[in-house]
Amino acid sequence: MEGILRGRVHKYGDNVDTDSIIPGRFLKEMDPKKLAEHTMEGIDPNFVTKVKPGDFVVAGKNFGCGSSREHAPIALRYSGIKAVLAKSFARIFYRNAIDGGHLIPIEIDEKIYEKLSDDDEIEVDVLKGVIRNLTKVEVYNMRPIPELVMEIIKAGGIFMFKRR
Amino acid sequence: MGMTITEKILARASEKRIVSPGDVVFANVDKVMMHDVGGPGVWTVFQELKPIIGEVNKIWDPDRVWLAEDHFVPPIDRQSSENIKILEDFAKKYGIRKHFRYGIGQYGICHTLSYEEALVLPGEVYVGTDSHTNTTGVVGAFAAGLGHTDIAYVLVHGKTWFRVPETLLFRVDGELPSYSTAKDLSLAIIRDIGTDGANYKAMQFSGSAIKAMDIDERATLTNMSTEAGAKNAIIEPDERLLQYLRSRTDSPLKPVYGDENAEFSEIYEINAMTIEPLVAKPYSPGNVSSARELSDVEVDRVYIGSCTGGKLTDLRMAASVLKGRRVKVRTEIVPATQRIYMQALREGLIEIFLQSGALVGAPTCGLCFGGHMGVLRKGEVCISTTNRNFPGRMGDRESRTYLASPLTAAATAVTGKITDPRDLSG
Repeated sequence: MEGILRGRVHKYGDNVDTDSIIPGRFLKEMDPKKLAEHTMEGIDPNFVTKVKPGDFVVAGKNFGCGSSREHAPIALRYSGIKAVLAKSFARIFYRNAIDGGHLIPIEIDEKIYEKLSDDDEIEVDVLKGVIRNLTKVEVYNMRPIPELVMEIIKAGGIFMFKRR
Repeated sequence: MGMTITEKILARASEKRIVSPGDVVFANVDKVMMHDVGGPGVWTVFQELKPIIGEVNKIWDPDRVWLAEDHFVPPIDRQSSENIKILEDFAKKYGIRKHFRYGIGQYGICHTLSYEEALVLPGEVYVGTDSHTNTTGVVGAFAAGLGHTDIAYVLVHGKTWFRVPETLLFRVDGELPSYSTAKDLSLAIIRDIGTDGANYKAMQFSGSAIKAMDIDERATLTNMSTEAGAKNAIIEPDERLLQYLRSRTDSPLKPVYGDENAEFSEIYEINAMTIEPLVAKPYSPGNVSSARELSDVEVDRVYIGSCTGGKLTDLRMAASVLKGRRVKVRTEIVPATQRIYMQALREGLIEIFLQSGALVGAPTCGLCFGGHMGVLRKGEVCISTTNRNFPGRMGDRESRTYLASPLTAAATAVTGKITDPRDLSG
Protein backbone atom coordinates (compact mmCIF):
# COMPACT_ATOMS: atom_id res chain seq x y z
CA MET A 1 0.00 0.00 0.00
CA GLU A 2 1.18 3.50 -0.80
CA GLY A 3 1.45 5.48 2.41
CA ILE A 4 1.05 8.96 0.92
CA LEU A 5 -1.34 9.70 -1.94
CA ARG A 6 -1.38 12.91 -3.95
CA GLY A 7 -3.84 14.20 -6.53
CA ARG A 8 -6.76 16.49 -7.32
CA VAL A 9 -10.26 16.51 -5.90
CA HIS A 10 -13.41 15.65 -7.87
CA LYS A 11 -16.25 16.72 -5.59
CA TYR A 12 -19.83 15.38 -5.48
CA GLY A 13 -22.81 15.53 -3.10
CA ASP A 14 -24.75 13.06 -0.94
CA ASN A 15 -26.07 9.61 -1.94
CA VAL A 16 -23.90 8.98 -5.00
CA ASP A 17 -25.39 5.60 -5.94
CA THR A 18 -23.81 2.66 -7.73
CA ASP A 19 -25.98 3.22 -10.81
CA SER A 20 -24.37 6.66 -11.07
CA ILE A 21 -20.88 5.22 -10.58
CA ILE A 22 -21.36 2.46 -13.17
CA PRO A 23 -24.77 1.97 -14.84
CA GLY A 24 -26.36 -1.50 -14.67
CA ARG A 25 -26.16 -2.15 -18.39
CA PHE A 26 -22.37 -2.50 -18.08
CA LEU A 27 -22.53 -5.23 -15.42
CA LYS A 28 -22.05 -7.99 -17.96
CA GLU A 29 -18.64 -6.48 -18.64
CA MET A 30 -15.74 -8.01 -16.71
CA ASP A 31 -12.83 -6.12 -18.32
CA PRO A 32 -11.93 -3.43 -15.76
CA LYS A 33 -10.51 -1.09 -18.41
CA LYS A 34 -13.78 -1.15 -20.32
CA LEU A 35 -15.72 -0.54 -17.10
CA ALA A 36 -13.45 2.43 -16.38
CA GLU A 37 -14.52 4.08 -19.65
CA HIS A 38 -17.94 4.61 -18.06
CA THR A 39 -17.00 5.59 -14.50
CA MET A 40 -19.42 8.12 -12.97
CA GLU A 41 -21.27 8.29 -16.28
CA GLY A 42 -24.63 8.47 -14.50
CA ILE A 43 -23.71 11.60 -12.55
CA ASP A 44 -20.84 13.26 -14.45
CA PRO A 45 -20.28 12.21 -18.09
CA ASN A 46 -17.08 14.33 -18.18
CA PHE A 47 -15.45 12.49 -15.26
CA VAL A 48 -13.43 10.09 -17.41
CA THR A 49 -11.97 12.89 -19.51
CA LYS A 50 -10.77 14.95 -16.55
CA VAL A 51 -9.68 12.31 -14.00
CA LYS A 52 -5.94 11.63 -13.67
CA PRO A 53 -4.15 8.75 -11.94
CA GLY A 54 -3.95 9.40 -8.21
CA ASP A 55 -6.94 11.74 -8.07
CA PHE A 56 -9.56 11.61 -5.32
CA VAL A 57 -13.32 11.52 -5.26
CA VAL A 58 -14.75 13.62 -2.42
CA ALA A 59 -18.41 13.04 -1.58
CA GLY A 60 -21.12 13.63 0.99
CA LYS A 61 -22.97 10.99 2.95
CA ASN A 62 -23.90 7.45 1.87
CA PHE A 63 -21.41 7.19 -1.00
CA GLY A 64 -21.91 4.01 -3.05
CA CYS A 65 -25.46 3.28 -1.95
CA GLY A 66 -27.48 0.77 -3.94
CA SER A 67 -26.21 -2.32 -5.64
CA SER A 68 -23.57 -4.77 -4.37
CA ARG A 69 -21.77 -4.46 -7.71
CA GLU A 70 -18.03 -4.58 -7.12
CA HIS A 71 -17.86 -3.06 -10.59
CA ALA A 72 -18.29 0.32 -8.84
CA PRO A 73 -15.00 0.41 -6.88
CA ILE A 74 -13.32 -1.42 -9.78
CA ALA A 75 -14.41 1.28 -12.28
CA LEU A 76 -13.15 4.02 -9.96
CA ARG A 77 -9.86 2.18 -9.37
CA TYR A 78 -9.15 1.68 -13.06
CA SER A 79 -9.96 5.36 -13.67
CA GLY A 80 -7.03 6.12 -11.40
CA ILE A 81 -8.84 6.84 -8.13
CA LYS A 82 -6.82 5.62 -5.13
CA ALA A 83 -9.12 6.84 -2.36
CA VAL A 84 -12.63 8.17 -1.87
CA LEU A 85 -13.14 10.71 0.92
CA ALA A 86 -16.78 10.81 2.03
CA LYS A 87 -18.90 11.82 5.00
CA SER A 88 -20.11 8.21 5.09
CA PHE A 89 -20.20 5.11 2.90
CA ALA A 90 -22.89 2.58 2.13
CA ARG A 91 -21.85 -0.71 3.67
CA ILE A 92 -21.33 -2.94 0.63
CA PHE A 93 -19.31 -0.32 -1.26
CA TYR A 94 -17.13 0.15 1.83
CA ARG A 95 -16.47 -3.59 2.15
CA ASN A 96 -15.91 -4.10 -1.56
CA ALA A 97 -13.38 -1.28 -1.69
CA ILE A 98 -11.39 -2.78 1.19
CA ASP A 99 -11.76 -6.53 0.69
CA GLY A 100 -11.18 -6.27 -3.05
CA GLY A 101 -8.13 -4.06 -2.44
CA HIS A 102 -9.54 -1.56 -4.93
CA LEU A 103 -9.27 1.77 -3.16
CA ILE A 104 -9.24 3.28 0.33
CA PRO A 105 -12.55 4.57 1.70
CA ILE A 106 -11.79 7.47 4.05
CA GLU A 107 -14.43 8.99 6.29
CA ILE A 108 -14.29 12.75 6.82
CA ASP A 109 -16.31 15.16 8.94
CA GLU A 110 -18.78 17.66 7.50
CA LYS A 111 -16.37 20.56 8.13
CA ILE A 112 -13.61 18.97 6.08
CA TYR A 113 -16.07 18.15 3.29
CA GLU A 114 -16.99 21.84 3.18
CA LYS A 115 -13.34 22.92 3.01
CA LEU A 116 -12.39 20.66 0.11
CA SER A 117 -13.18 22.20 -3.28
CA ASP A 118 -13.30 20.74 -6.74
CA ASP A 119 -9.81 20.67 -8.27
CA ASP A 120 -7.95 21.30 -4.96
CA GLU A 121 -4.66 19.44 -4.89
CA ILE A 122 -4.40 17.33 -1.74
CA GLU A 123 -2.06 14.87 -0.12
CA VAL A 124 -3.43 12.03 2.01
CA ASP A 125 -1.27 10.24 4.56
CA VAL A 126 -3.33 7.14 5.27
CA LEU A 127 -1.19 5.76 8.10
CA LYS A 128 -1.03 9.08 9.97
CA GLY A 129 -4.68 9.90 9.21
CA VAL A 130 -3.81 13.32 7.82
CA ILE A 131 -5.10 15.22 4.78
CA ARG A 132 -3.04 18.17 3.51
CA ASN A 133 -4.74 20.65 1.21
CA LEU A 134 -1.83 21.92 -0.88
CA THR A 135 -3.98 24.43 -2.77
CA LYS A 136 -5.41 26.08 0.36
CA VAL A 137 -2.43 25.26 2.60
CA GLU A 138 -4.54 23.59 5.29
CA VAL A 139 -4.25 20.34 7.22
CA TYR A 140 -7.20 18.17 8.29
CA ASN A 141 -7.62 14.90 10.20
CA MET A 142 -9.58 12.03 8.72
CA ARG A 143 -11.73 9.82 10.93
CA PRO A 144 -9.66 6.90 12.26
CA ILE A 145 -9.80 3.76 10.12
CA PRO A 146 -10.95 0.75 12.20
CA GLU A 147 -8.13 -1.67 13.09
CA LEU A 148 -9.34 -4.68 11.09
CA VAL A 149 -10.06 -2.51 8.06
CA MET A 150 -6.56 -0.97 8.22
CA GLU A 151 -4.99 -4.43 8.38
CA ILE A 152 -6.93 -5.60 5.32
CA ILE A 153 -5.97 -2.40 3.47
CA LYS A 154 -2.30 -2.92 4.35
CA ALA A 155 -2.48 -6.54 3.20
CA GLY A 156 -3.95 -5.42 -0.12
CA GLY A 157 -7.30 -7.19 0.26
CA ILE A 158 -9.11 -9.94 2.15
CA PHE A 159 -7.32 -12.83 0.39
CA MET A 160 -3.91 -11.50 1.40
CA PHE A 161 -5.02 -10.73 4.94
CA LYS A 162 -3.85 -13.23 7.57
CA ARG A 163 -5.87 -13.48 10.76
CA ARG A 164 -3.81 -13.34 13.90
CA MET B 1 -28.45 -8.41 28.60
CA GLY B 2 -30.18 -10.60 26.02
CA MET B 3 -29.47 -10.83 22.33
CA THR B 4 -31.60 -10.09 19.28
CA ILE B 5 -32.21 -12.82 16.69
CA THR B 6 -29.49 -11.30 14.48
CA GLU B 7 -26.98 -11.31 17.36
CA LYS B 8 -27.87 -14.90 18.29
CA ILE B 9 -27.37 -16.15 14.75
CA LEU B 10 -24.02 -14.37 14.45
CA ALA B 11 -22.92 -15.63 17.90
CA ARG B 12 -23.65 -19.25 16.93
CA ALA B 13 -22.00 -18.84 13.54
CA SER B 14 -18.84 -17.36 15.08
CA GLU B 15 -18.76 -19.95 17.88
CA LYS B 16 -19.19 -17.39 20.62
CA ARG B 17 -21.57 -17.42 23.58
CA ILE B 18 -22.37 -13.73 23.34
CA VAL B 19 -21.83 -11.01 20.74
CA SER B 20 -22.72 -7.32 20.97
CA PRO B 21 -23.21 -4.62 18.35
CA GLY B 22 -19.84 -3.30 17.20
CA ASP B 23 -17.99 -6.61 17.70
CA VAL B 24 -16.19 -7.83 14.61
CA VAL B 25 -16.69 -11.58 14.16
CA PHE B 26 -15.55 -14.17 11.63
CA ALA B 27 -18.74 -16.13 11.02
CA ASN B 28 -19.15 -19.55 9.45
CA VAL B 29 -21.43 -19.24 6.45
CA ASP B 30 -24.25 -21.75 5.84
CA LYS B 31 -25.38 -20.84 2.31
CA VAL B 32 -23.99 -18.87 -0.63
CA MET B 33 -25.70 -17.64 -3.81
CA MET B 34 -24.17 -16.36 -7.04
CA HIS B 35 -26.04 -14.99 -10.03
CA ASP B 36 -24.94 -14.33 -13.60
CA VAL B 37 -23.40 -10.96 -12.68
CA GLY B 38 -21.68 -12.03 -9.44
CA GLY B 39 -20.59 -15.49 -10.63
CA PRO B 40 -18.42 -14.25 -13.51
CA GLY B 41 -16.99 -11.70 -11.04
CA VAL B 42 -16.00 -14.50 -8.67
CA TRP B 43 -14.54 -16.44 -11.60
CA THR B 44 -12.44 -13.39 -12.51
CA VAL B 45 -11.21 -13.06 -8.91
CA PHE B 46 -10.12 -16.71 -8.92
CA GLN B 47 -8.16 -16.12 -12.16
CA GLU B 48 -6.52 -12.95 -10.83
CA LEU B 49 -5.53 -14.65 -7.58
CA LYS B 50 -3.74 -17.56 -9.22
CA PRO B 51 -0.27 -16.03 -8.67
CA ILE B 52 -1.11 -15.49 -4.98
CA ILE B 53 -3.24 -18.42 -3.80
CA GLY B 54 -2.77 -20.78 -6.74
CA GLU B 55 -5.46 -22.47 -8.78
CA VAL B 56 -8.72 -22.90 -6.84
CA ASN B 57 -9.43 -26.56 -7.53
CA LYS B 58 -12.19 -27.06 -5.02
CA ILE B 59 -14.49 -24.90 -2.96
CA TRP B 60 -15.30 -25.32 0.68
CA ASP B 61 -18.69 -26.99 0.30
CA PRO B 62 -20.45 -27.19 -3.09
CA ASP B 63 -23.68 -28.42 -1.44
CA ARG B 64 -24.01 -25.07 0.37
CA VAL B 65 -23.76 -23.05 -2.83
CA TRP B 66 -26.48 -22.37 -5.38
CA LEU B 67 -26.53 -20.50 -8.65
CA ALA B 68 -29.29 -18.40 -10.22
CA GLU B 69 -29.43 -17.12 -13.77
CA ASP B 70 -31.53 -14.00 -13.43
CA HIS B 71 -29.96 -10.69 -14.44
CA PHE B 72 -29.28 -10.85 -18.19
CA VAL B 73 -31.57 -13.79 -19.05
CA PRO B 74 -32.53 -14.93 -21.52
CA PRO B 75 -29.15 -13.56 -22.70
CA ILE B 76 -29.34 -10.20 -24.43
CA ASP B 77 -26.09 -10.46 -26.38
CA ARG B 78 -22.97 -12.54 -26.79
CA GLN B 79 -21.30 -11.16 -23.66
CA SER B 80 -24.20 -12.09 -21.38
CA SER B 81 -24.41 -15.47 -23.07
CA GLU B 82 -20.72 -16.01 -22.27
CA ASN B 83 -21.45 -15.15 -18.66
CA ILE B 84 -24.10 -17.89 -18.53
CA LYS B 85 -21.45 -20.28 -19.85
CA ILE B 86 -19.11 -19.20 -17.04
CA LEU B 87 -21.79 -20.11 -14.49
CA GLU B 88 -22.23 -23.50 -16.18
CA ASP B 89 -18.47 -24.11 -16.15
CA PHE B 90 -18.34 -23.01 -12.52
CA ALA B 91 -21.09 -25.46 -11.53
CA LYS B 92 -19.33 -28.28 -13.37
CA LYS B 93 -15.83 -27.58 -12.10
CA TYR B 94 -16.83 -27.30 -8.46
CA GLY B 95 -19.70 -29.81 -8.38
CA ILE B 96 -22.51 -27.33 -7.60
CA ARG B 97 -25.81 -29.14 -8.16
CA LYS B 98 -28.34 -26.45 -7.29
CA HIS B 99 -28.27 -24.40 -10.46
CA PHE B 100 -31.44 -22.67 -11.63
CA ARG B 101 -31.15 -22.33 -15.40
CA TYR B 102 -33.47 -20.43 -17.70
CA GLY B 103 -35.34 -22.64 -20.11
CA ILE B 104 -34.93 -25.78 -18.01
CA GLY B 105 -37.74 -25.84 -15.46
CA GLN B 106 -37.78 -23.69 -12.36
CA TYR B 107 -35.62 -20.57 -12.53
CA GLY B 108 -36.02 -16.90 -11.79
CA ILE B 109 -34.93 -14.08 -9.52
CA CYS B 110 -32.50 -15.36 -6.88
CA HIS B 111 -34.15 -13.69 -3.88
CA THR B 112 -37.57 -15.09 -4.61
CA LEU B 113 -36.10 -18.56 -5.25
CA SER B 114 -34.24 -18.43 -1.93
CA TYR B 115 -37.43 -18.90 0.08
CA GLU B 116 -39.79 -20.29 -2.56
CA GLU B 117 -37.42 -23.25 -2.93
CA ALA B 118 -36.49 -23.27 0.79
CA LEU B 119 -32.81 -22.90 -0.15
CA VAL B 120 -32.11 -20.92 3.01
CA LEU B 121 -33.52 -21.98 6.39
CA PRO B 122 -34.20 -20.24 9.71
CA GLY B 123 -31.13 -19.43 11.80
CA GLU B 124 -28.67 -19.75 8.92
CA VAL B 125 -26.02 -17.26 7.77
CA TYR B 126 -26.57 -16.61 4.06
CA VAL B 127 -24.61 -14.38 1.71
CA GLY B 128 -25.11 -13.64 -1.98
CA THR B 129 -23.66 -11.52 -4.75
CA ASP B 130 -26.55 -9.08 -4.68
CA SER B 131 -27.53 -6.18 -2.46
CA HIS B 132 -31.12 -7.41 -2.09
CA THR B 133 -29.91 -10.64 -0.47
CA ASN B 134 -31.46 -9.02 2.63
CA THR B 135 -34.80 -10.29 1.30
CA THR B 136 -34.12 -13.78 2.59
CA GLY B 137 -34.20 -12.58 6.19
CA VAL B 138 -37.91 -13.25 5.73
CA VAL B 139 -37.18 -16.86 6.81
CA GLY B 140 -35.49 -15.75 10.04
CA ALA B 141 -31.97 -16.13 8.63
CA PHE B 142 -29.10 -13.63 8.71
CA ALA B 143 -28.94 -12.67 5.04
CA ALA B 144 -26.60 -10.03 3.61
CA GLY B 145 -25.31 -8.99 0.20
CA LEU B 146 -21.60 -8.97 -0.60
CA GLY B 147 -19.40 -8.15 -3.57
CA HIS B 148 -17.71 -10.82 -5.63
CA THR B 149 -14.30 -10.75 -3.89
CA ASP B 150 -16.03 -11.38 -0.56
CA ILE B 151 -18.07 -14.21 -2.05
CA ALA B 152 -14.91 -15.70 -3.59
CA TYR B 153 -13.34 -15.62 -0.12
CA VAL B 154 -16.36 -17.41 1.38
CA LEU B 155 -16.20 -20.07 -1.33
CA VAL B 156 -12.58 -20.80 -0.40
CA HIS B 157 -12.73 -20.39 3.39
CA GLY B 158 -16.39 -20.97 4.34
CA LYS B 159 -16.43 -17.84 6.47
CA THR B 160 -16.31 -14.07 6.37
CA TRP B 161 -16.12 -11.09 8.69
CA PHE B 162 -19.04 -9.04 9.94
CA ARG B 163 -19.36 -6.14 12.28
CA VAL B 164 -22.30 -7.19 14.50
CA PRO B 165 -25.02 -4.67 13.64
CA GLU B 166 -27.23 -2.72 15.99
CA THR B 167 -30.87 -3.67 15.48
CA LEU B 168 -33.68 -1.25 14.69
CA LEU B 169 -37.02 -2.80 15.64
CA PHE B 170 -40.11 -1.83 13.62
CA ARG B 171 -43.19 -2.91 15.55
CA VAL B 172 -46.14 -2.65 13.21
CA ASP B 173 -49.54 -3.19 14.81
CA GLY B 174 -53.09 -2.79 13.59
CA GLU B 175 -54.56 -3.78 10.27
CA LEU B 176 -53.16 -2.56 6.98
CA PRO B 177 -56.01 -1.01 4.92
CA SER B 178 -57.14 -3.10 1.93
CA TYR B 179 -55.73 -0.49 -0.49
CA SER B 180 -52.29 -0.43 1.16
CA THR B 181 -49.51 -2.98 0.98
CA ALA B 182 -46.13 -3.92 2.42
CA LYS B 183 -44.60 -1.75 -0.33
CA ASP B 184 -46.40 1.33 1.01
CA LEU B 185 -45.25 0.45 4.53
CA SER B 186 -41.66 0.11 3.27
CA LEU B 187 -41.78 3.49 1.53
CA ALA B 188 -43.21 5.09 4.70
CA ILE B 189 -40.32 3.69 6.73
CA ILE B 190 -37.66 4.82 4.22
CA ARG B 191 -39.29 8.27 4.06
CA ASP B 192 -39.05 8.49 7.86
CA ILE B 193 -35.55 7.10 8.50
CA GLY B 194 -33.87 8.06 5.21
CA THR B 195 -31.95 6.06 2.62
CA ASP B 196 -29.02 5.70 5.03
CA GLY B 197 -31.20 5.42 8.15
CA ALA B 198 -30.28 1.78 8.69
CA ASN B 199 -26.73 1.86 7.23
CA TYR B 200 -24.61 -0.91 8.83
CA LYS B 201 -27.64 -1.90 10.93
CA ALA B 202 -30.21 -4.70 11.11
CA MET B 203 -33.90 -3.96 10.54
CA GLN B 204 -36.25 -6.30 12.40
CA PHE B 205 -39.99 -6.32 11.79
CA SER B 206 -42.59 -7.52 14.29
CA GLY B 207 -46.15 -6.86 15.39
CA SER B 208 -49.67 -7.96 14.49
CA ALA B 209 -49.59 -6.40 11.01
CA ILE B 210 -46.50 -8.44 10.13
CA LYS B 211 -48.04 -11.61 11.52
CA ALA B 212 -51.09 -11.01 9.32
CA MET B 213 -48.95 -10.73 6.16
CA ASP B 214 -48.25 -13.66 3.88
CA ILE B 215 -44.62 -14.58 3.17
CA ASP B 216 -44.51 -12.64 -0.13
CA GLU B 217 -45.62 -9.42 1.56
CA ARG B 218 -43.12 -9.88 4.40
CA ALA B 219 -40.42 -10.36 1.74
CA THR B 220 -41.24 -6.93 0.33
CA LEU B 221 -40.30 -5.42 3.71
CA THR B 222 -37.03 -7.33 4.03
CA ASN B 223 -36.24 -6.60 0.36
CA MET B 224 -36.76 -2.83 0.66
CA SER B 225 -34.55 -2.68 3.78
CA THR B 226 -31.62 -2.44 1.35
CA GLU B 227 -32.93 0.98 0.28
CA ALA B 228 -32.54 2.19 3.87
CA GLY B 229 -28.94 0.94 3.81
CA ALA B 230 -29.54 -2.05 6.11
CA LYS B 231 -26.92 -4.76 6.49
CA ASN B 232 -29.70 -7.30 6.97
CA ALA B 233 -33.42 -7.45 7.65
CA ILE B 234 -35.12 -10.14 9.64
CA ILE B 235 -38.48 -11.40 10.85
CA GLU B 236 -38.68 -14.01 13.62
CA PRO B 237 -40.22 -17.25 12.35
CA ASP B 238 -43.86 -17.97 13.17
CA GLU B 239 -46.07 -20.96 12.45
CA ARG B 240 -47.11 -19.54 9.09
CA LEU B 241 -43.48 -19.35 7.93
CA LEU B 242 -42.60 -22.79 9.28
CA GLN B 243 -45.58 -24.34 7.47
CA TYR B 244 -44.58 -22.51 4.29
CA LEU B 245 -41.08 -23.98 4.51
CA ARG B 246 -42.25 -27.47 5.56
CA SER B 247 -44.32 -27.68 2.40
CA ARG B 248 -41.11 -27.02 0.43
CA THR B 249 -38.36 -28.97 2.19
CA ASP B 250 -37.80 -32.10 4.29
CA SER B 251 -34.78 -30.53 6.01
CA PRO B 252 -35.23 -30.11 9.77
CA LEU B 253 -36.06 -26.52 10.74
CA LYS B 254 -34.21 -25.02 13.69
CA PRO B 255 -35.68 -21.56 14.16
CA VAL B 256 -33.79 -19.05 16.27
CA TYR B 257 -35.55 -16.35 18.30
CA GLY B 258 -34.26 -13.26 20.07
CA ASP B 259 -34.18 -13.12 23.86
CA GLU B 260 -37.07 -11.43 25.64
CA ASN B 261 -34.69 -8.88 27.09
CA ALA B 262 -32.89 -8.26 23.79
CA GLU B 263 -31.63 -4.71 23.35
CA PHE B 264 -32.63 -2.67 20.31
CA SER B 265 -30.84 0.53 19.37
CA GLU B 266 -34.21 2.06 18.35
CA ILE B 267 -37.81 0.91 18.49
CA TYR B 268 -40.27 2.38 15.99
CA GLU B 269 -43.99 1.89 16.70
CA ILE B 270 -46.10 2.05 13.55
CA ASN B 271 -49.88 1.96 13.26
CA ALA B 272 -50.59 0.02 10.06
CA MET B 273 -54.02 1.63 9.72
CA THR B 274 -52.37 4.98 8.96
CA ILE B 275 -50.44 3.65 5.94
CA GLU B 276 -51.83 5.00 2.66
CA PRO B 277 -50.72 4.36 -0.93
CA LEU B 278 -47.29 5.99 -1.37
CA VAL B 279 -44.99 6.65 -4.28
CA ALA B 280 -41.22 7.32 -4.31
CA LYS B 281 -40.45 10.05 -6.84
CA PRO B 282 -37.26 10.31 -8.91
CA TYR B 283 -34.44 9.93 -8.01
CA SER B 284 -34.50 8.30 -4.60
CA PRO B 285 -36.54 5.63 -2.77
CA GLY B 286 -36.66 8.12 0.10
CA ASN B 287 -38.31 10.89 -1.97
CA VAL B 288 -41.83 9.86 -0.98
CA SER B 289 -45.27 11.43 -1.55
CA SER B 290 -48.77 10.05 -1.28
CA ALA B 291 -50.12 8.69 -4.57
CA ARG B 292 -52.96 11.24 -4.40
CA GLU B 293 -50.52 14.17 -4.31
CA LEU B 294 -49.13 12.95 -7.64
CA SER B 295 -52.44 12.43 -9.43
CA ASP B 296 -51.49 14.82 -12.25
CA VAL B 297 -48.26 12.98 -13.12
CA GLU B 298 -48.64 11.29 -16.51
CA VAL B 299 -46.68 8.12 -17.14
CA ASP B 300 -45.55 6.45 -20.36
CA ARG B 301 -44.81 3.05 -18.93
CA VAL B 302 -45.82 0.66 -16.16
CA TYR B 303 -43.67 -2.16 -14.86
CA ILE B 304 -44.95 -4.84 -12.48
CA GLY B 305 -42.21 -7.31 -11.62
CA SER B 306 -38.86 -7.93 -9.83
CA CYS B 307 -37.89 -9.44 -6.48
CA THR B 308 -39.86 -6.60 -4.87
CA GLY B 309 -43.02 -6.62 -6.95
CA GLY B 310 -43.21 -9.74 -9.16
CA LYS B 311 -44.14 -12.33 -6.55
CA LEU B 312 -47.41 -14.29 -6.69
CA THR B 313 -49.11 -11.97 -4.18
CA ASP B 314 -48.03 -8.94 -6.24
CA LEU B 315 -49.47 -10.47 -9.41
CA ARG B 316 -52.73 -11.27 -7.60
CA MET B 317 -52.96 -7.66 -6.45
CA ALA B 318 -52.28 -6.34 -9.96
CA ALA B 319 -54.87 -8.73 -11.41
CA SER B 320 -57.49 -7.61 -8.87
CA VAL B 321 -57.18 -4.12 -10.38
CA LEU B 322 -56.77 -5.06 -14.04
CA LYS B 323 -59.60 -7.60 -14.15
CA GLY B 324 -62.14 -6.40 -16.71
CA ARG B 325 -60.16 -3.21 -17.42
CA ARG B 326 -57.84 -2.07 -20.21
CA VAL B 327 -54.40 -0.57 -19.81
CA LYS B 328 -53.97 2.92 -21.24
CA VAL B 329 -50.15 2.97 -21.37
CA ARG B 330 -47.50 0.37 -22.18
CA THR B 331 -47.52 -2.16 -19.34
CA GLU B 332 -45.04 -4.97 -18.79
CA ILE B 333 -45.68 -7.69 -16.22
CA VAL B 334 -42.94 -10.17 -15.35
CA PRO B 335 -43.41 -13.01 -12.83
CA ALA B 336 -40.35 -13.35 -10.57
CA THR B 337 -39.95 -17.10 -11.14
CA GLN B 338 -41.15 -19.83 -13.46
CA ARG B 339 -43.14 -21.45 -10.65
CA ILE B 340 -44.96 -18.17 -9.99
CA TYR B 341 -45.61 -17.83 -13.72
CA MET B 342 -47.18 -21.31 -13.73
CA GLN B 343 -49.31 -20.62 -10.67
CA ALA B 344 -50.45 -17.27 -12.12
CA LEU B 345 -51.47 -19.13 -15.24
CA ARG B 346 -53.47 -21.68 -13.21
CA GLU B 347 -55.23 -18.92 -11.31
CA GLY B 348 -56.19 -17.10 -14.50
CA LEU B 349 -54.02 -14.07 -13.71
CA ILE B 350 -52.06 -14.29 -16.96
CA GLU B 351 -55.28 -14.23 -18.95
CA ILE B 352 -56.46 -11.16 -17.04
CA PHE B 353 -53.17 -9.41 -17.86
CA LEU B 354 -53.31 -10.31 -21.53
CA GLN B 355 -56.99 -9.33 -21.76
CA SER B 356 -56.12 -5.95 -20.27
CA GLY B 357 -53.61 -5.42 -23.07
CA ALA B 358 -50.48 -5.79 -20.95
CA LEU B 359 -47.38 -7.68 -22.03
CA VAL B 360 -46.31 -10.68 -19.94
CA GLY B 361 -42.62 -11.59 -20.05
CA ALA B 362 -40.36 -14.41 -18.92
CA PRO B 363 -38.76 -14.16 -15.47
CA THR B 364 -35.73 -11.83 -15.43
CA CYS B 365 -34.23 -9.01 -13.36
CA GLY B 366 -33.64 -7.15 -16.63
CA LEU B 367 -36.14 -4.29 -16.59
CA CYS B 368 -35.50 -3.27 -12.99
CA PHE B 369 -31.89 -2.26 -13.64
CA GLY B 370 -32.12 -1.10 -17.25
CA GLY B 371 -30.33 -4.21 -18.44
CA HIS B 372 -32.86 -6.08 -20.48
CA MET B 373 -36.37 -5.57 -21.94
CA GLY B 374 -38.33 -2.36 -21.70
CA VAL B 375 -35.29 -0.09 -21.25
CA LEU B 376 -36.48 3.53 -20.75
CA ARG B 377 -35.54 6.19 -23.29
CA LYS B 378 -34.61 9.81 -22.57
CA GLY B 379 -37.46 11.63 -20.85
CA GLU B 380 -39.66 8.57 -20.49
CA VAL B 381 -41.69 8.26 -17.26
CA CYS B 382 -42.32 4.89 -15.64
CA ILE B 383 -44.17 3.71 -12.54
CA SER B 384 -42.63 0.53 -11.27
CA THR B 385 -43.07 -2.02 -8.48
CA THR B 386 -39.29 -2.32 -8.17
CA ASN B 387 -36.99 -1.03 -5.44
CA ARG B 388 -34.77 1.71 -6.94
CA ASN B 389 -35.21 4.86 -9.00
CA PHE B 390 -31.71 6.32 -9.15
CA PRO B 391 -30.78 8.34 -12.27
CA GLY B 392 -30.47 5.91 -15.18
CA ARG B 393 -31.60 2.95 -13.14
CA MET B 394 -34.10 1.68 -15.72
CA GLY B 395 -32.45 3.16 -18.80
CA ASP B 396 -31.48 6.66 -19.92
CA ARG B 397 -30.20 8.93 -17.14
CA GLU B 398 -32.90 11.43 -18.05
CA SER B 399 -35.72 8.89 -17.72
CA ARG B 400 -37.84 9.08 -14.55
CA THR B 401 -39.02 6.18 -12.40
CA TYR B 402 -41.70 6.34 -9.70
CA LEU B 403 -41.78 3.42 -7.24
CA ALA B 404 -45.14 2.11 -6.03
CA SER B 405 -47.14 -0.92 -4.94
CA PRO B 406 -48.64 -3.39 -7.45
CA LEU B 407 -52.09 -1.92 -6.66
CA THR B 408 -51.00 1.64 -7.42
CA ALA B 409 -48.98 0.60 -10.48
CA ALA B 410 -51.94 -1.35 -11.90
CA ALA B 411 -54.38 1.51 -11.21
CA THR B 412 -51.95 3.86 -12.97
CA ALA B 413 -51.78 1.50 -15.96
CA VAL B 414 -55.55 1.91 -16.36
CA THR B 415 -55.62 5.72 -16.21
CA GLY B 416 -52.18 6.70 -17.55
CA LYS B 417 -51.71 9.03 -14.56
CA ILE B 418 -50.45 8.14 -11.10
CA THR B 419 -53.57 6.80 -9.42
CA ASP B 420 -54.35 5.86 -5.83
CA PRO B 421 -56.14 2.49 -6.07
CA ARG B 422 -59.03 3.99 -4.07
CA ASP B 423 -59.68 6.53 -6.80
CA LEU B 424 -60.11 4.09 -9.68
CA SER B 425 -63.72 4.34 -10.80
CA GLY B 426 -65.89 1.51 -12.10
